[in-house]
Amino acid sequence: MTYIVTKKKLTLVAALGVTIGIAIYIFMNSMMVGFDKKSTELVFRSTAHIRVYKDEVMSLPLLPEKGSNLPVIINPSVVPESDKIVDPEKIISLLRQQPDVTMVTPQVTVSVFYNNGKSQITGTSYGVRIAEADKMFNIGTTVVEGSIQDLKNTPNGILLGVGIAAKMSVRPGDNITITSSRNVTKVMKVVGLFQSNNSQIDKTKSYINISAAQQLLQEGAGYVSDINVSVTNPDNAANYSAKFSDLTGYKAEDWKAANATLVAASNMRRIMITVIALSILLVAGFGIYNILNMTITQKINDIAILKAMGFRGRDVVRIFVQQAMIIGMIGILIGVLLAVLLVFQLSRTYVGGDIGYFPIRFEWPVFFRGLIFGLIVTLGAGYIPAKKAANVDPVSIFRR
Amino acid sequence: MLEAENIGKYFYDPVKFRVLNDISFKVYRGEFVTLVGKSGSGKSTLLYILSTMDTDYEGKLHIHGEETTGQRQNNLAALRNEKIGFVFQFHYLLPEFSCLKNVMIPALRLGKYSRQEIEDRAYQKLTLLGLQDQALKPASKLSGGQQQRVAIARALINDPLIIMGDEPTGNLDSKNSQIVFDTFKQLAHEYNQTIIAVTHDNDFAERSDRTIEMQDGAIISTAKEFGK
Repeated sequence: MTYIVTKKKLTLVAALGVTIGIAIYIFMNSMMVGFDKKSTELVFRSTAHIRVYKDEVMSLPLLPEKGSNLPVIINPSVVPESDKIVDPEKIISLLRQQPDVTMVTPQVTVSVFYNNGKSQITGTSYGVRIAEADKMFNIGTTVVEGSIQDLKNTPNGILLGVGIAAKMSVRPGDNITITSSRNVTKVMKVVGLFQSNNSQIDKTKSYINISAAQQLLQEGAGYVSDINVSVTNPDNAANYSAKFSDLTGYKAEDWKAANATLVAASNMRRIMITVIALSILLVAGFGIYNILNMTITQKINDIAILKAMGFRGRDVVRIFVQQAMIIGMIGILIGVLLAVLLVFQLSRTYVGGDIGYFPIRFEWPVFFRGLIFGLIVTLGAGYIPAKKAANVDPVSIFRR
Repeated sequence: MLEAENIGKYFYDPVKFRVLNDISFKVYRGEFVTLVGKSGSGKSTLLYILSTMDTDYEGKLHIHGEETTGQRQNNLAALRNEKIGFVFQFHYLLPEFSCLKNVMIPALRLGKYSRQEIEDRAYQKLTLLGLQDQALKPASKLSGGQQQRVAIARALINDPLIIMGDEPTGNLDSKNSQIVFDTFKQLAHEYNQTIIAVTHDNDFAERSDRTIEMQDGAIISTAKEFGK
């Protein structure tokens, strides 16, 4: 029962405001979620969800100050202990039994010099179980020459960043000498090259087999410096890291703690986009508010007669809120369709580089949220003028 | 049927002014009462108080034995919907809707009958007023007299106890005024319908059952007492 009919053209204009508001809201939020997914995806190529390692321990003063007038002061320094994880296999199997843990793999990180003839580059070599590491970091997708399989098959194989290979002018099949911080020198065979999205990484990083890394550090087969853990939901990594710290007795660092700048940037982006999109929605709300206010001024006689005939305040509110909802629903519906179109179009736009296609996808929670916000704004924009209409005093209208 | 006891009212704008002074009277079932008086005598103000739309007054008002003074707005709205029908100087029909729909609105609000029944009843009321042929036309397409009769049909749809008219013929030519008057008279005498109308049309007033004449906020005569 809608008793008050507005001009169709005005209604359409108000609905259009909602359409644009909703479409932009959904579109920008989809874009943001796409960005976030892409950037974490890039982060997870080199960072594990959670890294378990032995943290350095600082020495304490020899004597406590308490009860003595002459405290003994020593400069605190790193305790010269090995950064080795004791009994790593036990910890790995323990972590594997934890719920929500999808993958656990050990790693030995070695600081090395890459030597070829006279040229020398400093860098870091990661001793990994290449099959597991590939699953975790998708190394395979970055390999441009050679293959992961070759590294597995060659005990002294090395997978080099393209930057190192260019500087050393080596190609797969060539040999390269690496020297560790423990002054162990090994001749390695280049089995492949990888190119990541970061040229700094390409100039310093290499992958070798874990046993080769242990040899470079003059350690036994039980030596592991880091244990990398993947969990089902990386967004909750912080919760797990605390738990794993307690569980293993070693430091567990989640990827968000390791990449705080990135997380902060993403949060900033989220706030910015939310503010922009919500203001657009709010403007759309004002559109509806305006139209209804105008309708009420025009139809004040009709409202008065309805009240005289026994319509209660809340009946009048219902009539106008209903009308706002109709405008809103039309706007939301078209807005969602427009957003679908925009997202679809942009997801097929090629931007090149490491990104490829524009990182935007249909994020249904975002659509749902847009719908809910649209309804709330519409309801609010309808309710305020409706309340005004409900308070019309019929006598004052009839007396004019 | 309707009883007013010592009704008084002030206007505050621009200055405090006593517009109604100690008004008491009764209206009985089936009576056709007119309120007359010069403009500014307070007759319209009194009617709006009787209609329960204006609640800012002194004294007491009973409708159908029920005290309406001091009741909540929502209760009064429900009471108006069920027991009072209105006819104004201007028809106040909703121009976008058909006559039939206009007549149906108060009944839809009351929700006592099904939609189909309401439609049948609205059609009956229009027939009673000789407008059956106009039922489906938009209200804005009718002549002034026809519109006023549609408004009367709308006032009748919930079978109210009282019909209140504020200058119901004020905007009509003499021919249409005659039709409206005859309609009221017929309703009062054949259907035992109580009618209270404010008018400045002396001809109209004289032919009603009883005339209450007002001057300066007080009743000066209740001529032509009609049977109790």
